[in-house]
Amino acid sequence: MSFDWMIKIVSENWPMFLRGAGMTLFISIIGTILGFIIGLIVGIIRTIPMPERGGKRVTLKIINSILGIYIEVFRGTPMIVQAMVIYYGSALLFGIDMNKLNAAILIVSINTGAYMSEIVRGGIISVDKGQFEAAYAIGMTHFQTMINVVLPQAIRNILPAIGNEFVINIKDTSVLNVIAVSELFFQTKSISGINFRYFETFFVASVLYFVMTFTVTRILRYIERKMDGPENYIMYANQMQVETPEDTLRRTQSVNGNNR
Amino acid sequence: MEKIIEVQHLSKSFGNHEVLRDIDFSVNKGEVVSIIGSSGSGKSTLLRCINLLEKPSSGQIIYKGENILDDKHDTRAYRTKLGMVFQQFNLFNNHDVLGNCIVGQMKVLKRSKEEAEKVAMKYLKVVGMDKYINAKPKQLSGGQKQRVAIARALSMEPDVMLFDEPTSALDPEMVGEVLKVMKELAESGLTMLVVTHEMGFAREVSDRVVFMDKGVIVEEGTPEQIFNNPTQERTREFLKRTLKI
Repeated sequence: MSFDWMIKIVSENWPMFLRGAGMTLFISIIGTILGFIIGLIVGIIRTIPMPERGGKRVTLKIINSILGIYIEVFRGTPMIVQAMVIYYGSALLFGIDMNKLNAAILIVSINTGAYMSEIVRGGIISVDKGQFEAAYAIGMTHFQTMINVVLPQAIRNILPAIGNEFVINIKDTSVLNVIAVSELFFQTKSISGINFRYFETFFVASVLYFVMTFTVTRILRYIERKMDGPENYIMYANQMQVETPEDTLRRTQSVNGNNR
Repeated sequence: MEKIIEVQHLSKSFGNHEVLRDIDFSVNKGEVVSIIGSSGSGKSTLLRCINLLEKPSSGQIIYKGENILDDKHDTRAYRTKLGMVFQQFNLFNNHDVLGNCIVGQMKVLKRSKEEAEKVAMKYLKVVGMDKYINAKPKQLSGGQKQRVAIARALSMEPDVMLFDEPTSALDPEMVGEVLKVMKELAESGLTMLVVTHEMGFAREVSDRVVFMDKGVIVEEGTPEQIFNNPTQERTREFLKRTLKI
């Protein structure tokens, strides 16, 4: 009976499952964060307005084409192949014997970074042109405009896409078993190799994967709602005629408290 | 009178389409100048050229004796001296009302948070939006947004305020509240350059009216001259069309 087997498998192997799930979560979290940072940097560089002439224009063009190649190559090849090429290639060509975990994080990060660059670029483009103009009109630099005005809005807009990438990473770390990283898939394979109960063991793994991805999507949805805030401005809390910033702070805190 | 901005032989083309042709005009300190004309006459482009959101194709813009189109001239420092109010408000959506008014002061003018908030509150009171400091732009009506946008521009304490059709995107009942604020500002002696379709405002508030058509300045003079005794046929026609309604 397969249900009895599942209970038996879980009770006997739960530390291995848990360690595998932990490793999967760890690699995908770090990979997504680093990938997001890479994407942010690449996305910002790729949206710098092109100067009309001069050395700056040439430099920017060269940088842009290098970044373009990076994105195309890493989006255009499977991560499982990238893992093999980077892990064994670095050992063979440069004599670097990478720690498996570091290699895993590196592979996930640069792979995610390629996707994230395009997501961030899309997010920046989606911000209304008027926001840029208003920021330039009060004298902000391109960088200040990005940090203070555009990126906060762009990131809010791309949160669903970032969540997508995160979920994909949780699932796709399973390909890292080809370089023997002890994530959930690798652990599951090891367990099933001992008991030969493939269906039951992998069924447990699939439940674990689903719990992880589902939790992550719920958390991100919650963050989105928090960032959006209420549609209407609460006027009753705003009848005060004269107030200092301290009053404001006290008032907003009490308003938030009431709402909860 | 001291000239703050002087535009000389300014032209602007988008591709083959010439939007502005050989514009010569100036704004004096303390003066309120209205630019009127039909849509597509180049009024907004002229305003956007003045604060360099559009790069003029040729000509000169002199600000306090300096040519700002010179490559060595600091564009950003110049822009802080001009307050811009847009037709579509363009409030920073990620900041609340107070944040909109202090972010420029803190990041560009390097003022402290306390000082920036003090200045912002002063101008938010002027436009009557001091009760809404924690509201996000999406929670405000159009008229309220535009008043905050005016306060944001004023908070930078500019020499000249540029208004690009500030009431064109508003519901009719909200136009009044914005015009009232602008009228008060004009009376306080602020230098203002206003692109507008509000003939009443141009007539009552401005010291000088400029009529533009097809990328050139057709006629300029006091509101009295332009509205009562226009010398050019095109001005007469335009006024007949707009004032009839």
